[in-house]
Amino acid sequence: MARAVSTRRMAVATIAAWIVALIIFFPILYTIITSLKSEPEAIQGFNLIPSFTLESYVTVQTQRDYFKPFMNSVVLSVGSTLLALLVAVPAAWSMAFSPTNRTKDILMWMLSTKMMPAVAVLVPIYLIFRDTGLLDTRLGLTIMLTLINLPIVVWMLYTYFREIPGEILEAARMDGATLWGEIVYVLAPMAVPGIASTMLLNIILAWNEAFWTIRLTTTNAAPLTAFIASFSSPQGLFWAKLSAASTLAIAPILIMGWFSQKQLVRGLTFGAVK
Amino acid sequence: MNVRTLLLGTCSAALLCGYANAETLTIATVNNGDMIRMQGLTEDFTTKNPDIQLEWVTLEENVLRERVTTDIATKGGQYDIMTIGTYEVPIWAKQGWLLPLDNLGADYDVDDLLPAIRSGLTGDDGKLYAAPFYGESSMVMYRKDLMEKAGLTMPDAPTWEFIADAARKMTNRDEGINGICLRGKAGWGENMAFLTATSNAFGARWFDENWKPQFDQPEWKNTLDFYIKLMNDAGPQGASSNGFNENLALFQQGKCGMWIDATVAASFVSNPAESTVADKVGYALAPDTGLGKRGNWLWAWNLAIPAGTQKAEAAEKFIAWATGKDYLKLVADKEGWANVPPGTRTSLYENAEYQKAAPFAKMTLDSINAADPKNPTVKPVPYVGVQFVAIPEFQGLGTTVGQLFSAALAGQMSVDDALAQAQQVSEREMTRAGYIK
Amino acid sequence: MATENTRGLARLMLAPSVALLLIWMIVPLAMTLWFSFQNYNLLNPANVSWTGLFNYKYFYTDPAFFQSIWNTLLIVGGVLVITVVGGIAIALLLDQPMWGQGIVRIMIISPFFVMPPVAALVWKNMIMHPGYGVLADINRALGFQPVDWFAQYPLFSIIIIVAWQWLPFATLILLTALQSLDGEQKEAAEMDGAGFVSRFVYLTLPHLARAITVVILIQTIFLLGVYAEILVTTNGGPGYASTNLAFLIYRTALLGYDVGGASAGGIIAVILANVVAIFLMRAVGKNLDR
Repeated sequence: MARAVSTRRMAVATIAAWIVALIIFFPILYTIITSLKSEPEAIQGFNLIPSFTLESYVTVQTQRDYFKPFMNSVVLSVGSTLLALLVAVPAAWSMAFSPTNRTKDILMWMLSTKMMPAVAVLVPIYLIFRDTGLLDTRLGLTIMLTLINLPIVVWMLYTYFREIPGEILEAARMDGATLWGEIVYVLAPMAVPGIASTMLLNIILAWNEAFWTIRLTTTNAAPLTAFIASFSSPQGLFWAKLSAASTLAIAPILIMGWFSQKQLVRGLTFGAVK
Repeated sequence: MNVRTLLLGTCSAALLCGYANAETLTIATVNNGDMIRMQGLTEDFTTKNPDIQLEWVTLEENVLRERVTTDIATKGGQYDIMTIGTYEVPIWAKQGWLLPLDNLGADYDVDDLLPAIRSGLTGDDGKLYAAPFYGESSMVMYRKDLMEKAGLTMPDAPTWEFIADAARKMTNRDEGINGICLRGKAGWGENMAFLTATSNAFGARWFDENWKPQFDQPEWKNTLDFYIKLMNDAGPQGASSNGFNENLALFQQGKCGMWIDATVAASFVSNPAESTVADKVGYALAPDTGLGKRGNWLWAWNLAIPAGTQKAEAAEKFIAWATGKDYLKLVADKEGWANVPPGTRTSLYENAEYQKAAPFAKMTLDSINAADPKNPTVKPVPYVGVQFVAIPEFQGLGTTVGQLFSAALAGQMSVDDALAQAQQVSEREMTRAGYIK
Repeated sequence: MATENTRGLARLMLAPSVALLLIWMIVPLAMTLWFSFQNYNLLNPANVSWTGLFNYKYFYTDPAFFQSIWNTLLIVGGVLVITVVGGIAIALLLDQPMWGQGIVRIMIISPFFVMPPVAALVWKNMIMHPGYGVLADINRALGFQPVDWFAQYPLFSIIIIVAWQWLPFATLILLTALQSLDGEQKEAAEMDGAGFVSRFVYLTLPHLARAITVVILIQTIFLLGVYAEILVTTNGGPGYASTNLAFLIYRTALLGYDVGGASAGGIIAVILANVVAIFLMRAVGKNLDR
């Protein structure tokens, strides 16, 4: 009896979940499908079965090389993430384990730095970048992306570290562990999942940042967001081509996300669990 | 050790020299078909000039405009060549941001450039500040078969009255035929390009001689009333989000009886590979109302050199190549005469092969010649520009006004409200910018 | 108990990020503040002069100003409602045993990986376009007139697009929280004969309070600055119907090239954001403390 109910319940849940998932996934799916259509096919009306032509991908690649912006996206998102972690891990660590009265205030203040609308500071930043020679350099953009995402990184790490029980530290100290040993042998293993998912989230945010990555680059440092900007709204409707370019721009991060979703989820709680 | 250092030193010096010889030009351009074709053909240039390499920054129009404007105004020095419109050239030239192009070479033949286009790119000092890559005006494109079915004949130079009448007669919504497709999407380069040019034919103007906005005048009300009634009776569904691209697709699929837009569209609608109505398209001048001005605009995408560049010489070489006569020949050889960038050179329109390949050639030329940016309106104005006002404030103002008119077209605002608000924002902006004392 | 030694070390470890963020915040903020008192049009750099508070006055007397603030709040509020309610519903669904859970989860989190301009382009061209969009095709198949989404419901359309992007984020956080709910407690409640609704209201919802707070806080920070989706789809219109504060600043800065006005707008936006933040902390912040 109980068995039968649960099978039926499972079937209902399965169907409902698949419907919801397909609706949510549909825009992406349809983009991929459209990218495999020919241009006239793409605007002919609803059609889920494309002619599987790779024509649009070929056109996109001949029109603009994919590899360089792709490499830039990788370098920028990974680079800025590592840099952000380098600065944020010690900060979050000290906030979590030696909190003072000010800790909360500092945290809120860090988050509030994200509230300045980017476009309002474009001219000041452009002038600074021009004077320091950072325009269109990977270094400049890496720094930029690091700074933009630093508050979120610090916060996420802080909330994760705070879940690590302090007693373990005490115990280790009793055993005569040095501070260094404390970090390497006791805390690091517990902190790794949180750091890993922070890293993943930050890579996603940096990959998808589409204001500064277009405004501060020309050729050398331009990532995939600029690649997309060279295909959006051309003269005429080229939806198959636009879909192919979109697919190319989101595919790497989508695949990374799919493979690492378990890792991502584990630390993506911002202290919300418990 | 010393020898090695020395060797290394010479090597790197040699390398440096090598790099110094091969100059890299960074070219910012818009992602329109003609520019993309040019990128595919640059091998011709680089084989002729092995010491010059090209780096392209291709962006969609609005992002491109933001990027190059920010860069040139802050002297960022990121580009050696910029693709800019007829709107920017006079404003930037006046600021001293562009280098004059006076070394285009002996065989460039500046006098071959179409006078209307050339005059818009020439500064007050008589020097050319940008070279046109392609130029356009606007004209009527119509379906000959539908016109015949409605029992009408399109004159070469129609009036708005005729167009409206024909549009209403051609409309057959059961069969999905809209008599007329016009731009409705908000933007200074979208609906306002069309409406500003049209308002000229209705005797309206943006500003009077003292820069006072004129939206409270009856001419603007006539223009907007006429446009919205016509679109309600004979326009497509959701016209307030249609720009050039959307209307192009509608026309190509046979859903429009007439379409008034850029002359470059002619080569798309008459191309059988893209258009289902390729063999049924006729062309006419943009309509007037008998007041002496036609609603046809003038636009060109041009190549210009920002004043900050260190590579002016190489940049000018490239511009001479890309906008020269030989380039037209090169495109014709590789991709056929119909794909040649139009609207820049008189010699192209005298070329028999081109006339044969492009049935719209004559009408394009007549349209371009009929536009007069220095004298665009019936009543006198203090500004230059047919479908825009060549002042720095126009982009922002034009877009805001475009939003209001788009809302009126969508039925979310009355014509009177839209005009009153347009008048209010224009007065505000012009007062602030110091035009109205 | 932290010793003097570790406390000093803690300060040292905190210093780099605080210093970096301080510079990152102070330098552009100071420049923005400075420019906000200048009459500075990018296209007319020769004519820069001190104007005092004029830019502020000009910005807030903009006919679109009050509507843009209202629209900003509507976007934030609308997206939050959709993502929190939808996120809870989907999280509850995903918490059930089912076949193919892995694939379902992958599909549901996917929109989070799509860059905002691509998301906007896809929705605009392929989903909501009145001529060729999928929704229009569905309408026509059912015998209705296609809806011109961006002309008729501009703000709602934008809220949908943005909510689509943030729904996975909310779902993930809520799902993780839901899964940490003690199985024994659930069973006990079930044994007591508590129905689904009362179990949800008295057990699940209080348990999720913290997660909901986190979702609201983080999303608000990002949602206050939404502009790319507006730029790609409606350009702020028709009229000012979909102009939010970030887009109004965008229009001032990159269409009008009015650096002074945009800077003043930026300062106003920061103040508004802080008001919202304080309000939020008052309203839900206590959920964060244990």
